[in-house]
Formats: sequence, structure tokens, C-alpha cells
Amino acid sequence: MELALKNVTKSFDGFTALNGISLDIRPGELIALLGPSGSGKTTLLRLIAGLDFLSSGQILFGDEDASAKSVQERNVGFVFQHYALFRHMTVLENIGFGLKIRPARTRPPKSEIRRRALELLELVQLSGLENRYPSQLSGGQRQRVALARALCIEPRVLLLDEPFGALDAQVRRELRRWLREIHDATGHTSIFVTHDQEEALELADRVVVMSQGRIEQVGTADEVYDTPNSPFVYSFIGDSNSLPVRVDNGQIWLQDRTIGLTDPTAPNGPATLFFRPHDIELVEGCGGCLAGTVVTSRRVAGTKHVELEIGGAQHRIEVELPIEHPAATKSRLAFRPKRWKVFSAQEQPVYHTSPAPVPAQSVLLQRAAV
Amino acid sequence: MKRVAFRQPSVIPGFRLTFSFTIFYLFIIVLIPIAGLYFRTFDLDWNSFVSIVTGPRFIAALRLSFVTSAVAALFNVVIGLLIAWVLVRYEFPGRKVMDAIIDLPFALPTAVAGIALTAIYAPNGIIGSLFDPFGIRIAYTSLGIWIALVFIGLPFVVRSVQPVLQDFNREIEEAAATLGARRIQTITRVMLPTLLPSILTGFAMAFARAVGEYGSVIFIAGNIPRQTEILPLLIVFRLEEFNYPAAAAIAAVMLTVSFLILLAINLIQVWSQRRFGLV
Ligand SMILES: Nc1ncnc2c1ncn2[C@@H]1O[C@H](COP(=O)(O)OP(=O)(O)O)[C@@H](O)[C@H]1O
Ligand SMILES: [Mg+2]
Repeated sequence: MELALKNVTKSFDGFTALNGISLDIRPGELIALLGPSGSGKTTLLRLIAGLDFLSSGQILFGDEDASAKSVQERNVGFVFQHYALFRHMTVLENIGFGLKIRPARTRPPKSEIRRRALELLELVQLSGLENRYPSQLSGGQRQRVALARALCIEPRVLLLDEPFGALDAQVRRELRRWLREIHDATGHTSIFVTHDQEEALELADRVVVMSQGRIEQVGTADEVYDTPNSPFVYSFIGDSNSLPVRVDNGQIWLQDRTIGLTDPTAPNGPATLFFRPHDIELVEGCGGCLAGTVVTSRRVAGTKHVELEIGGAQHRIEVELPIEHPAATKSRLAFRPKRWKVFSAQEQPVYHTSPAPVPAQSVLLQRAAV
Repeated sequence: MKRVAFRQPSVIPGFRLTFSFTIFYLFIIVLIPIAGLYFRTFDLDWNSFVSIVTGPRFIAALRLSFVTSAVAALFNVVIGLLIAWVLVRYEFPGRKVMDAIIDLPFALPTAVAGIALTAIYAPNGIIGSLFDPFGIRIAYTSLGIWIALVFIGLPFVVRSVQPVLQDFNREIEEAAATLGARRIQTITRVMLPTLLPSILTGFAMAFARAVGEYGSVIFIAGNIPRQTEILPLLIVFRLEEFNYPAAAAIAAVMLTVSFLILLAINLIQVWSQRRFGLV
């Protein structure tokens, strides 16, 4: 099913948690909402599910306005971070719950509910555990049950709020791959929330980067990683360096030197230069380049991470070099970013660079109390 | 040879000490007096014991005590759940005060409660006079006894359910709603089963308290033999006649029945807790 958000806004007692969110989601797409804590991801998901109500805007399921419908009528599958299983029911009863409570008119016969629940149990690879209670399952298994339960009602859209957030790294990675497989097998339009960029980039068809109640960028993993459209996205996704520079007729200056980069479209004035540690090339001699003094160098897996001081100890950046590069401390290194971007200072509304707000304490507690 | 594992190995010391103390204490405070009670009944020969515990007055009192207590405890379960719900789920002015009022029946001397209830529910009392014209008598009937037992039992249910309800995870209700459950289905199929162990605890305590209650009941009961005479009162009568063996015999039967009922409730609880586990 197609899903459209039109200018969705949500305020809590004067605090704007979501501010004009518009997004079209194609049928069968797997979308990741990625953003720092407090950026409004959960709020958006809850609005789509009907667990909270819009302050303004519209949510369309297909061409039907869902905004006015109750959560029961919307028929969405929701998977919570902390599973929210019914602990007095067996795994099988949990999965079949959504069908069992239907009014007699639309309720499938008992045997059919059982068959369907068993089928889903097989899909989530838990066959044989149907008579266990949730307390007898591991975290990863519980989340699989929660997903099967959500799928059992044939939801029009599947919503997952940090589904792997409570699991350890190993299980997370495993379930991540598995979720993708399930998605491809069932073809539900799905939105999942995460603050883990690796998860979002690996799993999703498109990533929606959010910050402070707004959408910063929407795109495939490649798009948001390779061509971030704002300083926020540049620094939030992947590693990046930033340097305060000045643009003068397309020439980019760091303090009193040009650094050999030009951007004819950039407006004159102060700006910030962004580039990734691995997107650089070393140069011999420096006529228009960046040069710095090595402060430290660490080996991280297959590369060497070298920290440099640039422009007289004022700015620290990090670059990645091949492992065999000597990069001795105090030695000088000259390089040029291969892929980079300048964001002019005027272009940057404050919300791009200020740190994310700390969520209200009470809300944190409420969410954490599980 | 296989040793029975009495306890899980634990880093916290003192198991032996605390365990022995608990057993010792239970013996001194609970078991020995009760055993004495049972021994005392052996002063009676079998025939007189049987005639006491099958006499019509005894049977009527036994039935009155247990049936009224059970009905009152059941009623308290319903109302107590409602009150606990309101206290936990709604913010309203005076909530803290209302919360404190719940405990009053604990604190009030039971005789005071009895006299107050009698004054209110007597045919010329504030509430009693409303019902009197319709020929409904409250004080001096089993209805009056029931009201007294409801009064003293209420805090037990509220206090056992309230903390569990407080901890109830909102997300579970929301999960039920996304699966299509209407509010009432969420309550009956998801919340009540989860609350069941604490409801049973509250019921058991309210029931046990009601069976043993004396002070607040005797005033409002009227104490008409075979009609509004409760078991504890019958025991007191025997004691006043210095007929200790007969008093002990009545008490022993009463204790046995109570114990069996509490045991049954406990077993249900163990069963439900094992099912629900500790998520
Ligand atoms: N029920 C609520 N009442 C008040 N503020 C809320 C409520 N829910 C969320 N918020 C606020 O909205 C913002 C976004 O929260 P949330 O959607 O939970 O963020 P995320 O899921 O991205 O971490 C936070 O600043 C939070 O404090
Ligand atoms: Mg969240």
C-alpha cells in the first residue's frame, strides 16, 4: 500500500515534536527513519499507527485519509522496541491474538487461525516453540514473535520502532539481515525507526534522515552517504571532517591560503568545508592543498587513522591512510579532499548545527519504563 | 547419593541464619498456638465434638460467615479494581487524599467502625432510613454483615492490585490496540489476566480478614441465632460459658476450612505465576 504524509505536524503542549513532515512511500518499500534521539522518529511512527493524533497535516493510506481513523481501524502492524508481548499467552496465542479478537463476522475459524499462526512461526524461524511463554524466550526470539504477531493481521503497513534496539550487537546483525529477507518475502510496506546508521544504510530502500522534528534528507543509502545535502547529514552519517573556510569568487580559503578547491556556485563569505576521512589523496609539495602536522596515528582494522593539526593547531581533523604509510608524529602531511562539499554560513539555519535537544525527562522515563 | 538442592548458590550470605529464624518464628508465633487449639479439641470425646459441629446453630453460623465473607471479598475485587484503576490512571485533584482514605479501614478500631456503620444503616440512620420505607432492613440482617465486611476488606484488594497496575506497560495496551482490540477486549483479555495473581492475593486477604472479623460485625449483625450470628461470635459465647473445648472445636473447624480455601487460592496463584513467568 502507498503511504503519504502531507505536512504532518505534532506539538505537545507548545513543544513542536514534528514540524511539517512530508513524505511519499511507495508500495512494498522498506523505509528507515534515522535520526538522533529526540528527533521525533517514534512520534512520527505513532502518528502513522494512530496511537497519537496529528496537530495538523494529513496521513494517507492509499487514497484514503487515515488521519481520522482510530488505531483499531487502521490495521497497521506495530513492533515495539521492548516487544510488548502478552506474557500470559503462549507464543501461538500471541501471534493469533489479532485474528482471535475479530468480531465473529470477520474472524477466521479456529483451525485457520492456528494454521496461519504456525505458518508465521515458521517464517520467523521459531517452529517448535509455539507452546512457550514469552518469559521462556530470548530477546531476539521475543522480537521475532512480536513481528509474527504484527504480520498475522495482514497489516497495510508495518511499523517497527527500534526493533533491535534492546538486543546485543551479534543478534542485531543477524536479525537485520533476516528482517530484510522477511520483508522481501512478504512485501509489506514497512517503516522502521533506528538511531543506528549502519542498520539504516544496510537495510533500507530509502533512508529518511531526521533532526529536530524535520526531515533533513531522503534518499538511498548511497545518496545520503555520498551526497549529504546539509551539514547535519554530513556529520551525522558516517565519519566526516569539517573546517571553517571562506569562499571568494569560487576559490576556497582556509585562513590566509587557498587550498586548491573551487566551487563556482558557492556564494562569497564564510562557509564550512566537509569531507570524509577516506575521501582524500596525498599530494607531494603543497601549492594549493591542505597540510597539517601529525598528532597521533592509530591502526583501525585495515587502515591507519591519522589525526592532523591544521592551520597552526587550531583545527583537528582525521584522515585514513594505507597501513604502510609511516605518518610519523610531528611529520607534515599534505593532502587534498577528493570528494567534499562547502555549506555557506548563510545557508545554514540554526537547527542544522545546534545539538539535538535533550528530551524532556518525564518522556524519557515513560519510554524507558518497560 | 543425591542431595536435595534446598537453595540456589548465592553470593549473599546468611541463608542458614535467616532460614532458621523464619522457621523458629513461625513456630512460636503461628504454629504452636494453632496446634494448642487443635489439642484442646481432644478434651472432647468424639460424639460431643460431632454434635457441636453438626448442630444447626453452628452450621448456620458457618455458612453465614463463609458465604458472606466470600461475597464481600468478591464485591471488593470488583470495586477495588475500579478504585485502583482510577487512582493509577487518572490525574485529578484530591487523588493523594483519596489514596490515603483507602487505608482508613485498616486504622480504625473495628468496634468504632461497627458502631458507626450501625448508626448509619439502622432503620433510623442516614442511609437505613432511605431503605426502611421499602421494607429493606440493612442493619441487623446479613446485608448489614456484608456491608461491614466490605468496609474492612476494601484496602486489601486496592493495595494488592495498585502496584501491579502501576507497573503495567502502556505499550502492551497499545500493541493490543494496533492488533485491532477494542478497549474492552484489551481489558478483559490482556490486562485482567495479567492482574489475576494480584487480584487473587487481594481476594484471599480480604476473605481471610472477613472470616475472622469480629468487632465491626457484632454491632451491625444483631446476632440473632441461626440468622445473623457469625462464627467468631459463637466462639465468644462458648468462651463466656467457660466451655473452652467447644470454643476450640468451633475454631478448629473454622481454621481448617479457611486454611483449605487459602491453600486453594495459593495453588491457583502458583499455577498462574508459573504460566506468566517474569517478563
Ligand atoms: N507524550 C509526549 N509528551 C511530550 N513530549 C513528547 C511526548 N512524546 C515525545 N515528546 C517529545 O517529542 C520529541 C521527539 O520524541 P521521540 O519521537 O520519542 O524521539 P525519537 O523517537 O526520535 O527519539 C522529544 O523531544 C520528546 O521529548
Ligand atoms: Mg524513539
